[in-house]
Amino acid sequence: MNQQEWPLWEVFIRSKQGLDHKHVGSLHAADAAMAMQNARDVYTRRLEGVSIWVVESKHIHASNPDEAAEFFDPAADKVYRHPTFYDVPDSIKHM
Amino acid sequence: METLAQDLSPEEQFQARIDADIRIEPKDWMPEAYRKTLIRQISQHAHSELVGMLPEGNWITRAPSLKRKSILLAKVQDEAGHGLYLYSAAETLGTSRDQMLADLHSGKAKYSSIFNYPTLSWADMGCVGWLVDGAAILNQVPLCRTSYGPYARAMVRVCKEESFHQRQGFEIMQTLCEGAPVQKEMAQEALNRWWWPTLMMFGPKDSESPNTAQSMNWRIKRFTNDELRQKFVDMMVPQAEFLGLTVPDPAVKWNEARQAYDFGEVNWEEFWNVVKGNGLCNHERLQARVQAHEEGAWVREAALAHAAKRKAREAVAV
Repeated sequence: MNQQEWPLWEVFIRSKQGLDHKHVGSLHAADAAMAMQNARDVYTRRLEGVSIWVVESKHIHASNPDEAAEFFDPAADKVYRHPTFYDVPDSIKHM
Repeated sequence: METLAQDLSPEEQFQARIDADIRIEPKDWMPEAYRKTLIRQISQHAHSELVGMLPEGNWITRAPSLKRKSILLAKVQDEAGHGLYLYSAAETLGTSRDQMLADLHSGKAKYSSIFNYPTLSWADMGCVGWLVDGAAILNQVPLCRTSYGPYARAMVRVCKEESFHQRQGFEIMQTLCEGAPVQKEMAQEALNRWWWPTLMMFGPKDSESPNTAQSMNWRIKRFTNDELRQKFVDMMVPQAEFLGLTVPDPAVKWNEARQAYDFGEVNWEEFWNVVKGNGLCNHERLQARVQAHEEGAWVREAALAHAAKRKAREAVAV
């Protein structure tokens, strides 16, 4: 088997000005320039984007889903961070 | 319902998430059988997109007008794109692109049998879009809600693009049916050849599809083969009537009680024969794939060498 598979890249696309880049998928390419062109051809054939980011997949560090409960735990018991935690009298407007 | 998560086995927790319609993502724990089944299903689907380019590519240089040629080119390019979305989704399960392609080329992996039928006339391009992509859409739309996140997201993308494919196919058929008698005859002839193979696309009868129950439990399949086949017939018979064409099955008849069309039995012997590799074009399709892959090897190697050289040059410049 060919050991020389092209590296894997993750593709992020800004669908229009004012919106953030969003992950859309991945592809293989020999280098960044080719990844960019392939991303255009694979993910924006119908004007789905105005800007593309490509990042080699090996550079992405992800949180571990097995530890998600503990990892996100600190935010779980802080209801006072949400506006709905506070009782505002009905007569008070603009708040 | 206060069952503590730790009281459940990993398999039970996994099934509970699926039952609650919570998507499974790449790094989540999953049963090996789920992973394997998905790799097989997604890669098989990707291979079908890839091989599916061949029967249509056959007609690009012979499309009857520049408009039709541009449309066909765009469609074939879409099929390549669909294959790529799906290969990417499968790769998140831990297989590699090279492995999947090797399995396709060795004949170990399957692709949809429909592409082992030849495309003999321009009307076949109509039938491939109208019938084959129509059947594919029925299969694929429910998969937009499949339990594995990357697969579902790829399918959303595929489905968005697929409806253009079906419409352009229908338009080809309609144009032929409104044309000269000989054109209409060509359309009818193509329908005669594609109708039954398209019904086979939904797979064996439910009673002969032992994996259906498990796949439905895992929500990587959301309707049974027979349910989808029935839906397809109900959808297509009126469309054929609109075109003034006759579906090549004398048993097709509206059943008032069932509110569905009755239809005849698929030739299952032919189905299994094509699956086993004895269809009209199995050999030719696979050979074309392998040849394209082998003849492209130097391009893949050159691109890597070029990237390495440029990287080295940049390193020196810094």
